[in-house]
Amino acid sequence: MNAPLLETRGLSKAFGGITATEGVDLDVGEGKIHAVIGPNGAGKTTLIAQLAGMLAPDSGRIIFAGRDITRLPTHARARLGIARSFQITSIFHAMSVLDNTLLAVQAHDGHSYRFWRRARRDKRLTGPAMAALEQVGLGHKAASNASGLSHGEHRQLEIAMALAGASKLLLLDEPMAGMGAEESARMVVLLRGLKETKSILLIEHDMDVVFALADRITVMVDGKAIASGKPEQIRADENVRRAYLGMEGPGETIGDA
Amino acid sequence: MHPPVRLGVRIAVLLALAVLPALTGALDQPFLLDLALRIMILATAAVSLNLILGYGGMISFGHAAYIGIGAYAVGIPAYYGEYSGYVQLPLAIGAGALFALVTGYICLRTKGVYFIMITLAFAQMAYFAFVSIEEYGGDDGLVIEQRSEFTGIIDMESTHQFYYVVLVFLVGALYLVSRIVNARFGMAVQGAKDNDQRMQSLGFDTFRYRLACYVIAGAMAAAAGWLMGNYNYFFSPEMMGWTHSGELIFMVVLGGAGSLFGPLYGAIVLIILEEQLSSATVYWPLILGAILIAVVLFARGGLEGMLAKLERRK
Amino acid sequence: MEWVLFVSQLLNGLQLGVLLFLLAAGLTLVFGIMDFVNLAHGSLYMMGAYFCVTLTSALGSFPLAVLLAVILTFILGIAVELIVSRHLYQRDHLDQVLATFGLILFFNGAVHLIWGPEGNPIALPDYLNGRISLPAGIEIPTFRLVIIAIGLAVAVGLIWLVTKTRMGMLIRAGASNRRMAGALGVDIRKLFTLVFALGAAMAGLAGMMIAPITEANIGMGDDILIVAFVVIIIGGIGSIRGAFIAALLVGMIDVMGRSYLDDFMKLIMDNQSAETASPALSAMAIYILMAGILYFRPRGLFPPRHR
Repeated sequence: MNAPLLETRGLSKAFGGITATEGVDLDVGEGKIHAVIGPNGAGKTTLIAQLAGMLAPDSGRIIFAGRDITRLPTHARARLGIARSFQITSIFHAMSVLDNTLLAVQAHDGHSYRFWRRARRDKRLTGPAMAALEQVGLGHKAASNASGLSHGEHRQLEIAMALAGASKLLLLDEPMAGMGAEESARMVVLLRGLKETKSILLIEHDMDVVFALADRITVMVDGKAIASGKPEQIRADENVRRAYLGMEGPGETIGDA
Repeated sequence: MHPPVRLGVRIAVLLALAVLPALTGALDQPFLLDLALRIMILATAAVSLNLILGYGGMISFGHAAYIGIGAYAVGIPAYYGEYSGYVQLPLAIGAGALFALVTGYICLRTKGVYFIMITLAFAQMAYFAFVSIEEYGGDDGLVIEQRSEFTGIIDMESTHQFYYVVLVFLVGALYLVSRIVNARFGMAVQGAKDNDQRMQSLGFDTFRYRLACYVIAGAMAAAAGWLMGNYNYFFSPEMMGWTHSGELIFMVVLGGAGSLFGPLYGAIVLIILEEQLSSATVYWPLILGAILIAVVLFARGGLEGMLAKLERRK
Repeated sequence: MEWVLFVSQLLNGLQLGVLLFLLAAGLTLVFGIMDFVNLAHGSLYMMGAYFCVTLTSALGSFPLAVLLAVILTFILGIAVELIVSRHLYQRDHLDQVLATFGLILFFNGAVHLIWGPEGNPIALPDYLNGRISLPAGIEIPTFRLVIIAIGLAVAVGLIWLVTKTRMGMLIRAGASNRRMAGALGVDIRKLFTLVFALGAAMAGLAGMMIAPITEANIGMGDDILIVAFVVIIIGGIGSIRGAFIAALLVGMIDVMGRSYLDDFMKLIMDNQSAETASPALSAMAIYILMAGILYFRPRGLFPPRHR
């Protein structure tokens, strides 16, 4: 087996006295979908924020493609190939759908100190941008204003932006949140299709989606990764059952409040 | 198909500015030319402010400092007998860019209202620094004996030639900004205005793009200051005063922040308004202030926004 | 004799510091609670001074005039809040900056119309006009001591108000979390009006304190407002404690820079260049201080915890 694309070792972060993540070890293999599940407040979003570089861990290391990125700022990690989608939709509301995706392409196409040539006429940007939009099924909306999209379409746009950058690892924070059944099903197909070219770290509450997609699953409770393994191992794990799945069974969220 | 109202107005305004010298000659109204010069110079500065404020979301309240810096770049060399435009203009642009680089490096680490106040404070710092330099007239500033020299090419002392120099700068600034905002760089800057965190997670070092944009705007405004020094035959710290920065912001907002021609329209309306009010009554700030408040409270989107609405309605 | 001068400069710095605090306190509260940038705060400082001019000559008593003028500025603050500011809290900072810039023009024009273009002096009563002798041959103008005393008293009162009273608790709650203050069942609109007017009254008081020394002038608040901005940036916007410390710091550095920087510079360069460079440097001192602090702490010395 190859070295994993992303490794974390002992990743810890506390806010004041409250532990958000504690000693998290994680291995995301190349071309795999790795799901992180756990009750609300288990530290999943904090984990993603640390991986993306928006929060600095108190201790621990993050290694991406063989390189220690623990101290790199967000934009530098993104340039190495880590793309993040947000739990709460984060797009450029004042711009068109195409412009949103175009910026994602531009981020990876050399630097942006080009002051003269019109970006929207640059095939090197519009080509991949349109391709990403087509891939998520938003091609027909390219010229629309991003703020006018429906909620499901916003999520699709987020994925398109994550695709459009030539990133190796997608950090997807609840990509299906708030989607209808039909949209969700489409998204599952889409994500599965991505495995060819990308690795995905997925946070998701819908257990059906998780078990349908994930190659590996890590279960987090109170900031700790209590189990990690193949879906069938996780399903059979006594600890997980007790701590999490067993309480209400696979399904919607389980609050730990 | 909507009638292209905005395009029509743009062409009309630029044409009017282009033929004005001939008209004022025929009508014997040299005063109009003077007014148009002032409008165009301040509009050039407002266009540069619009680049950072309208497109970049950086509300700089110290933009007048660059006008002053540009004017000193005419006046100080002239004080030592150096009149060459080939020295003065690059000096103005370089000094403006340098001031923007140094102050921007600190200002842009802050956000929101901190940014507004810090740009204001740095402009005030430049103001007091020049006030304290007795050699260059201190508080009162100094008279400039003659305009920048471009021997054999342009005679800046000729009103008409100077007029067209100013017009070229204005049109050049508009064209430059239109290229910049539609290029990759401009996309990055506008993205950073819209959603900074997202830009970073896409891989943009937004601080550096902002800083570069801030420096470009500073250099452009200093070029406008170079024109202003030449126009006035005079420079003084007063040109950097923060009320002038406020006027520049008003021009941008009145015309429509983030629209290419907005600052020009704003400059035309504000300066003509000031001209009319101040000749009507000494209490004109009272009326202008009330108008300003009313514009903010009731008119959104500025003049370009109104034209765009008109375009859609027809 | 050297240190007699030093002590008197120290007191000058203290005086500037407390005046700056009177201005900055309202500014920082209004921003911290309402998220409102009020450029016209300096106009309220000016209006306070002019109210005091008229009342002093009408009543013939400076202390009585100050008392009434503070009340008048408070009422003016309420009016400005109701007519203009209130409609701007939900707007972005750009709109606030522009509209309050309009207010400055308006007030400058209004003062011109009512009081005329010239500066207006305020005559101090004799008992405030003298000098007080301190030990070791130091003599201080009485009025300077009065300014310092009043400024410190207001500072103590304000800090007491903010930290010990129910209203202060609401103000602090509002400054750190507006929604929470709303949830406490406070009539937020009334609280906003009150805070704005309180800030106005303090700014007005500062204007009344300075006017007997400099006269009341049109635009007198415009430049000192920027210094007050520097103070609240250094202190951390929304923090009374930060404003107080920063005001004293800025006051001291400004005064000391102007009087001692050239001596200091002469230690490191020749007399000629020191005399050329030090006025510019001392004029820039507080801005350099601000830049330095911001470089390390982009949100000032005492940033509000939540925002």
